[in-house]
Amino acid sequence: MNASETIHDAAGLRRAVHEVPDPELPHVTIGDLGIVRSVTVDGGTATIVLTPTYTGCPATEQIADDVTAAVRSAGYTPEIRTVLTPAWSSDWITPRGRKRLAVAGIAPPGQFVACPRCGSQLVRSVSEFGSTACKSMYTCQSCREPFERFKPI
Amino acid sequence: MELSRLLRHGDRALILAQRLLEQITHAPEIEEDMALANLALDLLGQARVLYTLAGEVEGGGHDEDHFAYWRDAAEFTNPVLVEQPNTDFAHVIVRQYLHDEFALAFWQAAGWDVAAKAVKETTYHRRHSRAWLVRLGDGTPESHRRAQAALDTLWPYVDELFAGADQLRPAWDVAVAATLAEATLAVPQMLPAEPIHEHLESILAELQVTARAHPGATW
Repeated sequence: MNASETIHDAAGLRRAVHEVPDPELPHVTIGDLGIVRSVTVDGGTATIVLTPTYTGCPATEQIADDVTAAVRSAGYTPEIRTVLTPAWSSDWITPRGRKRLAVAGIAPPGQFVACPRCGSQLVRSVSEFGSTACKSMYTCQSCREPFERFKPI
Repeated sequence: MELSRLLRHGDRALILAQRLLEQITHAPEIEEDMALANLALDLLGQARVLYTLAGEVEGGGHDEDHFAYWRDAAEFTNPVLVEQPNTDFAHVIVRQYLHDEFALAFWQAAGWDVAAKAVKETTYHRRHSRAWLVRLGDGTPESHRRAQAALDTLWPYVDELFAGADQLRPAWDVAVAATLAEATLAVPQMLPAEPIHEHLESILAELQVTARAHPGATW
């Protein structure tokens, strides 16, 4: 690919990669989740370093495919690398990511658990595991609704 | 990284994942089905990383699928504990707890790239299996009886779990003794069993049948 086909500059590419939605939590982006470790450009090649949330997360390969597509459509040749160290932490979820999780009905990880619907902290843990590797289940004692919480890990 | 070590622990994670998956829809509540599936998923992820590393260390061009699907029972080197049958929920939990306490110590000492992630995952697993073990042991007379029976059945496989990792044993003994005390369960006084892979053939038959019936198939 020659330089004239490049439609984004490096900053635009970085934004495009960060804006790739998570396949299992489409209301947040992989940038929000803190999965993107780095985006570097060398000529026409863009190297993207990703850290999976869990070793067995089935979305990992889909994310790599989606990032590959985003990099290609930005006009770069993608090189995707996965690093496991340092291990991903839910502390890496951005403030915007936390807000978006709450809006989607998923309590963000953190010191306190509050119902994402009514805000009550009168909640009960139902299961430390949920429908995806990254979530656990709660019910709210105030509004009686069940909800999921992003596991703090 | 030693090939034999990568394979032993890859096998450990894969075979335990398979046992846990057999249990899904048989747990006492639906949340527990999901919990067991989550444990299995993490273990499967760990097995994949370890098998991929094994392929790189071996240098023979083998990928993760080769190690999982194309080796026969005689080539597997998992600890015998993890292939023990599910029998009842107490067996599932006791097997998991004895394993998790070992796996956590193993990953903390492993010094491999994947270890930092695996330590986090295993810490979460151990919290779950430990809480269940205390709940069963210190629960009703029936749950206590079943938990003690499972412990007595599985204990003879503990020694072999530490093959090549003897240095992890003293801390494990202390941690397990504390948990069993809290669970009002007695530390069994049984002799080690012969480490025979009695169940591996049947586990692998189910695990490998699709891959072997359709070699090289892709989605």
